[in-house]
Amino acid sequence: MNKAEQAWRELASIDELVTQESPLHRMHPAGKLFLAVLFLMLTVSFPKYDFTGLFFYILFPVVGYQVAGIPMRSCFRKLRMLLPFLCAVGIWNPLLDRTILMKIGSVELSGGVISMITLMGKGILCLLASFLLAATTSVGDICYVLRKIHCPKLLVTLFLLTYRYLTVFLREVAVMTESYHLRAPGQKGIHPRAWGSFLGQLLLRTIDRGQALYESMLLRGYDGEFPIAKAEQTGRGELSVVIIVAVLLLVSRVCPVTELLGSIFVG
Amino acid sequence: MIDLNDVTFAYPGSGEVLKKIRFHVSEGERVGLIGANGSGKTTLMRAILGLIAVQGEITVDGMPVDKSHLSEVRKTVGFVLQDSEQQMFMPTVLEDMVFGPVSYGQSRQEAEQRADEVLRSLQLEKLKYAHNHRLSGGEKKMAAIATILTMQPKCILMDEPTAALDPYYRRKLIQTLQTIPGTRIIASHDMDFILETCDRVLLLGEGRLVADADARTILTDEKLLLENRLEMPYGCQTP
Repeated sequence: MNKAEQAWRELASIDELVTQESPLHRMHPAGKLFLAVLFLMLTVSFPKYDFTGLFFYILFPVVGYQVAGIPMRSCFRKLRMLLPFLCAVGIWNPLLDRTILMKIGSVELSGGVISMITLMGKGILCLLASFLLAATTSVGDICYVLRKIHCPKLLVTLFLLTYRYLTVFLREVAVMTESYHLRAPGQKGIHPRAWGSFLGQLLLRTIDRGQALYESMLLRGYDGEFPIAKAEQTGRGELSVVIIVAVLLLVSRVCPVTELLGSIFVG
Repeated sequence: MIDLNDVTFAYPGSGEVLKKIRFHVSEGERVGLIGANGSGKTTLMRAILGLIAVQGEITVDGMPVDKSHLSEVRKTVGFVLQDSEQQMFMPTVLEDMVFGPVSYGQSRQEAEQRADEVLRSLQLEKLKYAHNHRLSGGEKKMAAIATILTMQPKCILMDEPTAALDPYYRRKLIQTLQTIPGTRIIASHDMDFILETCDRVLLLGEGRLVADADARTILTDEKLLLENRLEMPYGCQTP
């Protein structure tokens, strides 16, 4: 199996996660999207030295993954390509900011180290939350909610087709790479001489296939609007859960919950 | 049901693919569309569905195929694509099956009920929750046909429906087509399949309508078929 096919299969396996059954999967997509966006916004809003504030936030994805019945490691495994980028985000901070802000035992932590850890923490939390949303809500449902909140039809269609295009693109890359290697045995990768025609063909083929998929959608009544796939309406219980989680997120962002808990236990 | 009047079409930068095509398909008719590769079969079907703008006039169920009627036309006519990979765009077979009916205003419950009926009639119940990317070529083809049947179109267009099917699924498809009512136009190179499922045949050659007669008359005319780079069905050939 070549890398493109592997990537395509991993993308397809996220679609498989979406069809699992769990309370989180059954929840109305609007509630999930709202909580995910709120979580992302609040996580990003933590000051650069406040990494202790993020500790409490770890609870939300942990509980979310448990409720959804999705192992957290599957997120890290599928998105492993992104992890180095996340870790690289604040890599220069320790060199730029050397003011000592904290001491743990005999270890001195500079502002740069703390801000680097905070940035990484924020990145990982955002990744976990986004993956949880993607693994429990279909793209069609997300598009449905986006249309409900009056996102322009064009943007929503673009979002949907980009997602679909990604699958088509990866499949075409997989097929073309396989076919190339069958006729170029022993070669590592695609020879630079073939890059031009390979990319050109890839573009033409994916445009063709993307067009055919879009036509297939049109033929089955797609007009830019999204019929909701599963939950038809939000129950009162579900609404209460959304409100409680949102309040918890806001409270734990405003109050230093981790420090308060620490002072209770440590004194 | 379907009327074509002097339909002509050319892709940009190439010659005419369809040349003054004219025919009428009545309600309930089962029509085979045959012709060599590049004779214009798929283009003709795309024209009927309003996917390409043609010269001439096409009407479906009394409605002209134009921008204002596209939605109704596509609700009336279901299209099974040649490549079922391109037909299935949802994660599971069930989601794909309910997409059409729900898009046209049916409730999810009604659509699922209809999907169940179709799967039962095709004996494909086991595929209901299957993930599309895990289906074999034949299963995918049958699932693609099921997605169209769920929409209950008055007319079905099929482009090479037997292309990826093994003998078991091919036979099952023939049996299904013999039982479901409604108009259909089937484009295929599988002459035996056409003979078993169609009463009338339209023969296209280089974009022109070369012959239009009942299926047996055309499919046993060896000279006509050979002139158009086709062969008689195996069932009609003498050993």
